[in-house]
Amino acid sequence: MELLLAVVAGVLYAAGLYLMLRRRLAQLIIGLSLLSNGSNILILSAAGVTRAKPPLITEGLPLEQFADPVPQSLILTAIVIGFGVLAFALVLAHRVHQSTGSDDIDTIGPDRA
Amino acid sequence: MLLALPILLPLLTAIVLHLLPQRSRLLRLVAFAGSLLVLGTAASIFARVQQTGILVLQVGSWPAPFGITLVADLFSALMIAMVSVIGVAVTGSSFAGVDPRREALGYHSLIQVVLMGVAGAFLTGDIFNLYVWFEVLLIGSFVLMSLHRTRAQLRAAFTYVGLNLLASAFLLTAIGLLYGQAGTLNLADLARAWPERRTPGLDAALSMLFLTAFGIKAGLFPLFFWLPASYHTPPAAVGALLAGLLTKVGVYAMIRVFTLLFPDPGASVYRVLLVLSAITMVLGLIGALAQRDFRRVLSFNLVGHIGFTTIGLALWSPAALGGSILYVLHHMLVISTLFLVSGLFLRQRRTTDLNALGGLYRSQPAVACLALIPLFSLAGVPPLSGFVAKVGVITPMLGGGQYLLAAVALCVSLLTVLSMARLWEEAFWKPAPVASSASALHSRLALPILAPIVFLVGLTLALTVFAGPVSTVTMRAAGQLLDRNTYIRAILGEEVPRAAR
Repeated sequence: MELLLAVVAGVLYAAGLYLMLRRRLAQLIIGLSLLSNGSNILILSAAGVTRAKPPLITEGLPLEQFADPVPQSLILTAIVIGFGVLAFALVLAHRVHQSTGSDDIDTIGPDRA
Repeated sequence: MLLALPILLPLLTAIVLHLLPQRSRLLRLVAFAGSLLVLGTAASIFARVQQTGILVLQVGSWPAPFGITLVADLFSALMIAMVSVIGVAVTGSSFAGVDPRREALGYHSLIQVVLMGVAGAFLTGDIFNLYVWFEVLLIGSFVLMSLHRTRAQLRAAFTYVGLNLLASAFLLTAIGLLYGQAGTLNLADLARAWPERRTPGLDAALSMLFLTAFGIKAGLFPLFFWLPASYHTPPAAVGALLAGLLTKVGVYAMIRVFTLLFPDPGASVYRVLLVLSAITMVLGLIGALAQRDFRRVLSFNLVGHIGFTTIGLALWSPAALGGSILYVLHHMLVISTLFLVSGLFLRQRRTTDLNALGGLYRSQPAVACLALIPLFSLAGVPPLSGFVAKVGVITPMLGGGQYLLAAVALCVSLLTVLSMARLWEEAFWKPAPVASSASALHSRLALPILAPIVFLVGLTLALTVFAGPVSTVTMRAAGQLLDRNTYIRAILGEEVPRAAR
């Protein structure tokens, strides 16, 4: 399971970075979201995958029977932040498209020198 | 409680600003009052840290490795003080007039959000919380940057957003890997457990990930291209806020995380950082000399001088680190002042293109002389604060036998003098170009637009006059940074069980 997750995370990173290197804004945004999902899976697998164990501790039972709740909460926070940022990037891309009629980063216009 | 105030006050101010009737005079007054309050708390935090040592607040009374900790040592306290000073100057400069469209879109509360994020990043003692504060200040600055929709600004905003989000993804990756191995996120707990683990391969990978993430935010050599591409488009006050604070948050985070987690001065990451800092200095200044726009010249100078602030970490000696901290403080002050000065040109001529500037010395000699102080301070002309800070960085290099590095730093200083002298000559000294109308030339600059500049220039002069006491404080701050055990003990107490795993 960990091997599978590691491969998935690696593929997501590679695809995300590849898309971020493209010139179209839509691809850049998809790349960003793949990248943040990749890092979420990485946190999950790096902190140890456990099978069907609850994170809430009952007194008297050994700690090995429970999952670590921290990675989940980290991922949850990262998902929320990533969602907000993604929404902002989409709006920005939409405005670029409205004002230039294109989503190619090179046609937005030359930088003022 | 005192430690939470630099975060809570801007948050409250931002909320109040949203609830108030949207009359610009009222909004400006409230934002300014909020910033003054933060300045007051920052001063009292600094005084307390000076007297009693490291201050710690366990948020929600959760004991240290489990809850989120807010920490202020001398370095944090100095940075918080500087943030509040720049906050006062930036909110004060809004009295000179803000574009009404921006004001309607929440300009004032966004500035407070950025100030809150920066203060949070400087105070937190938890590495994941550091990531969260980074995102808070990034979102605030994203919106501030893209409130307008001219093409140049949209393009700049996209470059800025894309690269900073990439940096955040790298930071999150590093934090995830670190948690997977160490099982804790508290910086003090990590500092105690992590360096003893002796996993050189993972250490190298993690330190490079942190270096990349913070390097993008700070604007180090191969990663700085977003900065000059974006900082010259927003209005002057926003430029002053972002240029003064955001790159320094990257530098601060780098110094904090590396001194705690990678305390081995022989690690290869420090050699990489040394080389990158030197290249950053040289390339930044060469870039500055090639530019023909006031704010672009400033942006490249900002990049170049970031090298001075990271080199102290790379050299890993108390003297060099103290010099770098002094340099950070001086640079925050001066670069914000200069971006506010660029607001004068925007007000008078509607441009910062050097070809269209000139003649300001003839019409307003006092203003031209005022601008001379931060320009020459950035260049490091004695006896101004830049000179003191440069001495603080370069002397340890000579003492440590790094003659080549010292030569590079001195050459870069010379290039800065050249760049600054040219900037002043082009913007103030040379006769005005024929095209500019006489009315634009002779319109007086009102007091509100000059007051924040006078305030910051006064502080630069104060930093010059009190250079001795200030550098004593920065040396003590560097000593605290390198003495990890005091930090760990202040947060975790003497006898604390190890983290769960």
